[in-house]
Amino acid sequence: MARIEAEIGKPQGGFVKWIDDRFPFTSTMKYHVTEYYASKNFNWWYVFGVLAFVVLAIQLLTGIFLTMNYKPSADDAFASVEYIMRDVEWGWLIRYLHSTGASFFFIVVYLHMFRAMLYGSYKKPRELIWLIGMLIFFVLMAEAFAGYLLPWGQMSYWGAQVIISLFGAIPWVGEALVEIIRGDYSISDITLNRFFALHVIVLPLALIGLVFVHIVALHEVGSNNPDGIDIKKNKDASGKPIDGIAFHPYHTSKDLVAIIVFLMIFCSVVFFAPDMGGYFLEHANFEPANMTATPEHIAPVWYFTPYYAILRAVPSKLWGFVLFAMAVVLPVFLPWLDRCRVRSIRYRGWMYKTALSVFVITFVTLLWLGMQPAEGVYVRMAQFFSVLYFAFFILMPFYTSRDKTKPVPDRVVYHG
Amino acid sequence: MTEDDLDRNRRHFLTVATVVTGVAGAGMVAIPFLSSLKPSARAQALGAPVEVPLGSLQPGEMVRVLWRGRLVFVLRRSEPMIGLLGENDDQLKDPNSEVAEQQPEYAANATRSVKPEYLVVEGSCTHLGCAPIEDFDVRPAEGWGGGFFCPCHGSRFDLAGRVHTGVPAPTNLRVPPHRFVRDDLILIGQDTGAA
Repeated sequence: MARIEAEIGKPQGGFVKWIDDRFPFTSTMKYHVTEYYASKNFNWWYVFGVLAFVVLAIQLLTGIFLTMNYKPSADDAFASVEYIMRDVEWGWLIRYLHSTGASFFFIVVYLHMFRAMLYGSYKKPRELIWLIGMLIFFVLMAEAFAGYLLPWGQMSYWGAQVIISLFGAIPWVGEALVEIIRGDYSISDITLNRFFALHVIVLPLALIGLVFVHIVALHEVGSNNPDGIDIKKNKDASGKPIDGIAFHPYHTSKDLVAIIVFLMIFCSVVFFAPDMGGYFLEHANFEPANMTATPEHIAPVWYFTPYYAILRAVPSKLWGFVLFAMAVVLPVFLPWLDRCRVRSIRYRGWMYKTALSVFVITFVTLLWLGMQPAEGVYVRMAQFFSVLYFAFFILMPFYTSRDKTKPVPDRVVYHG
Repeated sequence: MTEDDLDRNRRHFLTVATVVTGVAGAGMVAIPFLSSLKPSARAQALGAPVEVPLGSLQPGEMVRVLWRGRLVFVLRRSEPMIGLLGENDDQLKDPNSEVAEQQPEYAANATRSVKPEYLVVEGSCTHLGCAPIEDFDVRPAEGWGGGFFCPCHGSRFDLAGRVHTGVPAPTNLRVPPHRFVRDDLILIGQDTGAA
């Protein structure tokens, strides 16, 4: 009798069952991890999404530990960063992981976006994934910009001065907007304090939320692949795509290799060249902010320089701002500018291949030009490449619809 | 009650009324949050006027002071410097100080100053806010009549803070409100409304 009572009270199926009755644990794991089928012919271009996730984790972890010693005030900020670097045990490592992580975030995200352009990942039905991704990119830019002010060095201060002043170019509301961003008549302690709030609370929360919906949207429609074909069209008897393999354990074990290689490169920079010769941490920023003198040579960190080069190419405050903003926003419209019938560059014609190659050269050249002084031949070059930058997007409907495409296979293929 | 008994008009009215009230309420709640982003009372108080003694300032010399956290240049122009002012008007976007926001009325004159000798301008490039660098050497070969040069994006200004043509800065350097308390003391940030 007693034995039967004990059995009635015992839950059937153990702890996981107890959870599953109250929370969709097993079904969520299946849907998003163990039974999420992605194409089996993924190449190395497909690791950058996972790597972006890894960098986000690094930034969150190191960021939390930095806030424990950083002081967001104009009097103390610079000294507290030096304190972290010199007096806090392993503080230098945590800070360099965070500052190097910022640059690597952009390297990884730019490559992730380029992957989408190679294989048409933004095309129907993945337009919304692309839009959410662009939002993530904008929040990331704001996050990096707000973070760069926090050490309160010369470049922090004057870089922020230039970028915040940009908003003053907006007709009518510009000046009022600038005052609300700064919270003061100049960039001050008040500005630093609110940028800290944005950098550690508002923008990271937005980033995490957007990454979540980015992945939910991706898993709804399924991942693209280097052939740009729909693997859900060929399913076996059990209903799983023949060309797909489960995210875990198959894609995750491949991703682990990518993560290890990435961390080897990342750590080499952190240990041996954390300022990357002035590209990741600009030399002028090792001096405290000085409101009475702008550094002789002022440029944003490398990941903003393509847009900055476009801004400087225009000898007008308002139009400089307009073209700068357009350069940042135009990629949002890629899903609708691209009229090609096929997704992947493997089956596209010479026009798109040429256009994309020219675009890559243009982007890298603008990136370099944005670091050069704004004079003479550099300005002429920036003007020339700005035209090419915009031409890539504006002419896209014409060249993608006229391009000769190759027949697309039914099943995924392997190259090399 | 069946579907037919529903008064759809009344339901629609109630839905709209609830949404409108909710949005109006949310809008009002937003006011304190948005207002808290404006310069605070302390920030405004710190914007109090600053005094600049001129006793030791020699002709051709310039001092930098901070008013409201903004850089202000006070330049004592020498006789030759004042003489240069009218000469290159064709190089300037706004030689007659016609953009009203860039200076108080009493500085909208040929020297953009209360007294021709003393130039008071904000050291903030009207393009993107960098601090221009003074370069008072006249080099006619380069078409340079002396003035200020912005290191960020190459904007140029003359000895009255007037912007050259063909540079990204849209307007002349701003003249802050100021007045002479005595002959050798300027108060920046306050004026009497007229010169």
